[in-house]
Amino acid sequence: MLSGENIVKSVSDLLHQLYAMVGLSAFKGVLDPIVAAHVMFGFISVFVMFLVWMERKVSAHMQSRIGPNRVGIFGLLQTVADAIKLTIKEDIKPVHRDKIPYYIAPIIAFVATFAGMVVIPFDKGMVVQDLNIGLLYIIAITSFTVIAILSAGWSSNNKFALLGGFRSAAQIVSYEVPLVLSLVPVIMMTGTLRLGGIVEYQSQNHWFVLYQFIAFFIFITSATAEANRAPFDIPEAESELIGGFHTEYSGVKFAMFFLGEYIAVIVSSAVAVTVFLGGWLPPFAFLAFVPGFIWFMIKLLLVIYLVMAFRWTFPRLRVDQLMDFGWKVLIPVAILNILVTGFCVLFFGKGV
Amino acid sequence: MLEAVVFYILAAALLGFGLLVITRTNPIASALSMVGAFGALAALYALLQATLIAIIQILVYAGGIMVLVIFVIMLLNLHEEDLKPMKARAGTVLLSLLAVFGLVLGPVFLAVFPKGNWKWAALTNDFGSIFTVGEKVFSDYLFPFEMLSLLLLAAIVGALVLSKRKL
Amino acid sequence: MNFEFIENILPLVLALLLAMAVPTALILLSALLGPRKDNETKLSPYECGIQTQAIPGDARHRFNVKFYLVAMCFLVFDVEVVFLFPWAVLFQKMAWGGFLSMLGFLGVLAFGWFYLWKRGALEWE
Repeated sequence: MLSGENIVKSVSDLLHQLYAMVGLSAFKGVLDPIVAAHVMFGFISVFVMFLVWMERKVSAHMQSRIGPNRVGIFGLLQTVADAIKLTIKEDIKPVHRDKIPYYIAPIIAFVATFAGMVVIPFDKGMVVQDLNIGLLYIIAITSFTVIAILSAGWSSNNKFALLGGFRSAAQIVSYEVPLVLSLVPVIMMTGTLRLGGIVEYQSQNHWFVLYQFIAFFIFITSATAEANRAPFDIPEAESELIGGFHTEYSGVKFAMFFLGEYIAVIVSSAVAVTVFLGGWLPPFAFLAFVPGFIWFMIKLLLVIYLVMAFRWTFPRLRVDQLMDFGWKVLIPVAILNILVTGFCVLFFGKGV
Repeated sequence: MLEAVVFYILAAALLGFGLLVITRTNPIASALSMVGAFGALAALYALLQATLIAIIQILVYAGGIMVLVIFVIMLLNLHEEDLKPMKARAGTVLLSLLAVFGLVLGPVFLAVFPKGNWKWAALTNDFGSIFTVGEKVFSDYLFPFEMLSLLLLAAIVGALVLSKRKL
Repeated sequence: MNFEFIENILPLVLALLLAMAVPTALILLSALLGPRKDNETKLSPYECGIQTQAIPGDARHRFNVKFYLVAMCFLVFDVEVVFLFPWAVLFQKMAWGGFLSMLGFLGVLAFGWFYLWKRGALEWE
């Protein structure tokens, strides 16, 4: 039967035979993760390119336009062309920049979000490393983005970049709290932080979105705000702040920030799918013949579509509305949700 | 063996980043070096199997404290001409390092090394995991944990008093 | 110390190194490939021609204290969250005792949050 577990097994068998042929069998503990990391990297690069294309198509559809349709069929190669163009663009170095932070910032922005993908299980056993504190690891490692944004804003030495960077940081830290709080009720029910374990719990019960719809809502909202995407894109509001923290960045360094933003969307959507929508599980038992990773990708694309639809349907919030919504609505609701969940779990017994 | 190699690499990185923190005049470069130092420290914790502490080190220090530090740098409104005279000289740095090692760490080494009959406690498999730490915090250390909420409350009040001119 | 543990975090370290190497390589590549036609205007800060800075080339000015307050509040809640995770993992094992101890902890913090709100610290003026 075709399943993620079988694919991983046959690929690793093949690899181990290859190692044996070149006499590197002793190093398979090191070589396997290298291969896994590269596969993940390749997948993410292609998927991000697809998502950029998808976003342009979705926005075009919502605004009754056609969108990119010249390069490749349906314009699918548009992003590839853009990527090549950005790479061979002139590397503009603003005179007043602070050299080292200016170069490090885009790299951190990319690394911090990519590192989160490592623990996402695409199917049973189809994961680079299913850490036993996976969920906490993702939260911690993605918090590096705020450092990237602040150092980009500061080192550009441009007042729009600085203002954008600071607003961005304030927004990210404000929405980090509800984001993390919304995950706590789920952990209370599963008792594990391992993402694979959370999915396995859902295979015996219902998906968490049924028990924890409020948490799901809080998570998606704060994740959108964390990625600085519309309707929470005040830090990058073109009409007042040009490009926000990446105003002074061009060419491939800008592309890194852009990639980082899309990977952040992928990571948070993947966490939403894993934690709330049953990960690789099929929606109904009789659909189990479709491999798990296909279900995962379908759900992932649906959640990403939802996030994209937000961007093109809601008007931008004002900065005071944004802060109010985070601190006065989402945080108290998330804390109440934790307490109510705790009460229900204890009162009605395990599994609610 | 592998463990020792990893340890020395990380320890060297930690010290290197620490030196950069105190020798840079550019505040953001200092702050970034501090992130690097926190990262190396987190990796050292992970090497000691204290995974929860490692994650907290990144989450709270690299994610939270650093943002606060950078915001405070902006509050101070330092310009390059204010910072130039404050640049640390190599001699000063070296002297202060020697002083720290000689006066603070020296006695510790002297007290510990001659004995030579250390006993290492055997680590259990789940040492430092979120379960073990949680069990300790919510049983033996429950009272300090509850008191911590008061400490955090004091932090909230303190921040508010500092930042609001009129209440 | 077991090799197994290092093996566990090795994939993470390798993925991090790979993720660091690729952007660095791309940035270097683009520095080699791209044209180089600098001029003063192109390299000046991109501020739509509005030069309102007191010192040219220094965009850093004093920021509003509200940013500091936001960061401080975040820090307090971040520490709270750090304790929520071990608690949540052990929640079903500890049952009512754990529930009540966290209720006390959150109660004090909720009071702090309420205080912040009443004092207007959560308003973004």
